[in-house]
Amino acid sequence: MIMMKYHFLLSFLLISFLSIAQDKLPNIVLKDMNGKSVNLSQLTNNGKPIVINFWATWCGPCKRELEAIHEVYESWVEETGVTLYAVSIDDQRNVDKVKPYANAQQWAFEVLLDTNGDLKRAMGVNNVPFTFLVDGQGKIVWKHNNYNPGDEEELLHKIKELSKQ
Amino acid sequence: MFSMKCSNLIIWAVSLCTAQFSFAQFENILGGSVMGNIESTFQYYAPDSTINAQVPPSKTGLNSFANINYSIGKFRAGVRFESYLPALLGYPARFNGTGLGYRYAGYSNDFIEVTVGNFYDQFGSGMVFRAFEERQLGLDNAMDGIHLKIRPYKGIELTGLIGKQRYEFNSQLFNGPGTVRAVNLDVDFSTIFPKLLEKGWQFTVGGSFVSKFQTAQSPILILPENVAAYAARFKVVYKGFNFNAEGVLKENDPSDNNGYIYKNGYGILANFGYSQKGLGILVQAKAIDNMSFRSDRTAQLTDLQINFLPALTKTHTYNLAATLYPYATIPNGEVAFQGDIFYTFAKETLLGGKYGTKVSINFSTVYDVKRNIIERDSFLRGYTSTPFVLNPDSLFFRDFNIEISKKFSKNLSMKFIYFNQAFNASANIVAQSTGYIYTNIAVVDMTYKINKKHSIRAELQGLWTKQDQGDWATLVVEYTISPNWTIGIIDQWNYGNKTEEKRVHYLLATLSYIKGSTRLMLNVGKQRAGIFCVGGICRQVPASNGVTVSFTHSF
Repeated sequence: MIMMKYHFLLSFLLISFLSIAQDKLPNIVLKDMNGKSVNLSQLTNNGKPIVINFWATWCGPCKRELEAIHEVYESWVEETGVTLYAVSIDDQRNVDKVKPYANAQQWAFEVLLDTNGDLKRAMGVNNVPFTFLVDGQGKIVWKHNNYNPGDEEELLHKIKELSKQ
Repeated sequence: MFSMKCSNLIIWAVSLCTAQFSFAQFENILGGSVMGNIESTFQYYAPDSTINAQVPPSKTGLNSFANINYSIGKFRAGVRFESYLPALLGYPARFNGTGLGYRYAGYSNDFIEVTVGNFYDQFGSGMVFRAFEERQLGLDNAMDGIHLKIRPYKGIELTGLIGKQRYEFNSQLFNGPGTVRAVNLDVDFSTIFPKLLEKGWQFTVGGSFVSKFQTAQSPILILPENVAAYAARFKVVYKGFNFNAEGVLKENDPSDNNGYIYKNGYGILANFGYSQKGLGILVQAKAIDNMSFRSDRTAQLTDLQINFLPALTKTHTYNLAATLYPYATIPNGEVAFQGDIFYTFAKETLLGGKYGTKVSINFSTVYDVKRNIIERDSFLRGYTSTPFVLNPDSLFFRDFNIEISKKFSKNLSMKFIYFNQAFNASANIVAQSTGYIYTNIAVVDMTYKINKKHSIRAELQGLWTKQDQGDWATLVVEYTISPNWTIGIIDQWNYGNKTEEKRVHYLLATLSYIKGSTRLMLNVGKQRAGIFCVGGICRQVPASNGVTVSFTHSF
C-alpha cells in the first residue's frame, strides 16, 4: 500500500512535469561539417521559424526528403525566413562522407553532425527521417515521423502558419 | 510478485493519462521540458517449412521501450523502461522482463557538465572509446557510472569518466565485470584564435587515455588486470579541403578474441576530402591490428565493447546490396582503402538535362594485415606486423558501385545503381557457404508523383552470383498518400538457387499510418534468414513468417 502511494506520488510529479512541458531544443553541442561547435539550445533565427531534420547518408527516404526541400528551399526562405538544420546521424563509418555529399548536392541549408546520437536520443527520435518545427521563441511546435513525397507541402504549410503569427 | 508489478505499471499509466490535463495551470511555475518516445513491436510467428521459419515456444514476441528525458534549467534526468515479453527473435536472448534499463541525472552549465548513472559518449573516431546504442538491434553498451565534462576556456573541452558497461537485462540492468576509466582532451584552435577562422582555417587536436580493469584468475597465464589504450588525433580544414587522422595504441590485452596473445594493438584512420559546390571527393585509409577492446576478456560478438572500429566500406541502402553480404570490420586485423566521388552535372547542360544529374562512385577494398609469426615466442606475442603492410592473398572485401540519379520531369525521378563485389565468406561468417562470393547487383528505383499527395515508388533489384544461394530478385512497390498512408509489398525471390525447393518468394505486405510523430505499422508475410542492419551495423535474424505490428510515438 505504501508502495502504491509512492507510485502515485511519483506519477503525480511526472505528470505535472509532462503536462507543463515547454519543449525546447536541448542543451547539446554538435559540430558542423567543418568542426565548429553549435549549441542547439542557443539556436536563434531572429524570431523566424527553424526546422530540424534528422537524416543519414544511408537512408533513402531522408535523401528524397532533403532533395525535395532543396529544390524549393530558396523560395521557402524568401517567403517565411525559415532556416533548416539537417542533422546527420551518420556514425564514424560514414560521417566523413557527409560534407562531400552535402556539397555535391549543393544544399543551401546548414548540416550538423550527431555522430553518437546524443541529440537524437535527447529529442526522442527513434527512426530517420524525423522533422521538428521550432518557433521564433525556440519552442518545438510540430513534429513529423518519416517522409512520403508531398510531406514537404505540409511542412511548408506549418511554417507559414508560424510566420504569420 | 509479477502481478503486483503489473498493477503498479497500470496505475502509472492511468494516472499518466488522467492527470495530463489537470495540472496545466502549473505551466508557468515549473516550465521544464519533457522529450522522449514510446515504441512497441509485436510479432506473431507462424510456421513455414519452405523457408525454415522459426517459431519460439511462446509463438509471439514483444519488445517495448519508453524513453523519458526531462530537463529544467541546468538540470536534466531521464529513464528508459524496457520490456521483453519475450524478446523478438534475433534479439539477444538474455534480454528479458520489464524494468528500467537506463537512468541518469545530470547538471550542466557553460563550464561543467556532469552526468551520474548511464551515459553514452565517443572520443575522436571511437577507435579508443565509444559507448552507444542501436536500439533496433539490441546493441547497447551504455556506461554506468559518472561522466564529467569541463570547458575551462572556449575551444577547450576536457572529459573524464569512469563506469561499468551494460551487459544484459533481466527486469533490470546488469553490467559486465570490468571497469572502464578514461580521459579525453579536445582543443579547437580556430575557436581560441578567431583569426584562423577568418582566413578559412579550422584546426583541432585531441588525445585520449582509456584504461580498463578486470580481475584475473588464470592458473596458466599471468593476465594483465589493467589494460591501457591511447589515442591522438587532429583535423585540419582549409576552405574546401579536409584532412583528419587518428592513431590508437592498445597495450597487450590477451583475450578470447586474439587467442590470448600479449601483442600490442594499433589502429590508424585517415580521411582526406575536397569539396566545392557540385563536387565532393573523399579518400580514406585504415590499418588496424589486434584492436578488439572489451571490458571482459571473454566477451564475444558485440558484447562489452569499449571501442568502435568503423568499417571502411559504403553502407548500402537497397536490401540485396545491404543485407545479403554486408562487410563488417574484423578487429583482429585489416588494411582498408576507400574512395568516393559525388558529382552533380549542372542543369541545362548535355548530361545534366533540365533538372541536373547526380552521380556517386564508390570503391573500397579490405585485406588482412601481413603477419610475421614469431619463432620461439617465449613472451606469447604471436606475430608482428607493420601498419598498412597487407597480405595480398587475403582479400576480405572489394566493392565498386556507381549510382546515377536523375529527375526526368516534374513527376518522374529515377535512380540506377550498379555494384560489383567480392566477399570473403570465410572471413565474415554471414553467408551459407564459405570462400569467395562474387556478385553483380543492379537496382532501378523509380518515383512517380501522381499529384501533390499521391505517389508511387517501385524498386527492381537483381543480384547475380554463381556462389552461395545463387541469383536473387527483389521487387518493391509502394503507394503513398501524404502525409498519412503508405501501403507496399516487397517480394524477394531466390530464383537462382541451385536447390529447386529453395527457389522461394519471400513476400511481405506492409501498411503504415503516420500522424505527426506517431507511426503505426503492420507487416504480414515472410522474412528471409540473414542480416538486419541499421546504419550499417547489423545482426543475424532467423527466417520468420507471420505478423508484425509496431507503434512508435515521440513526445
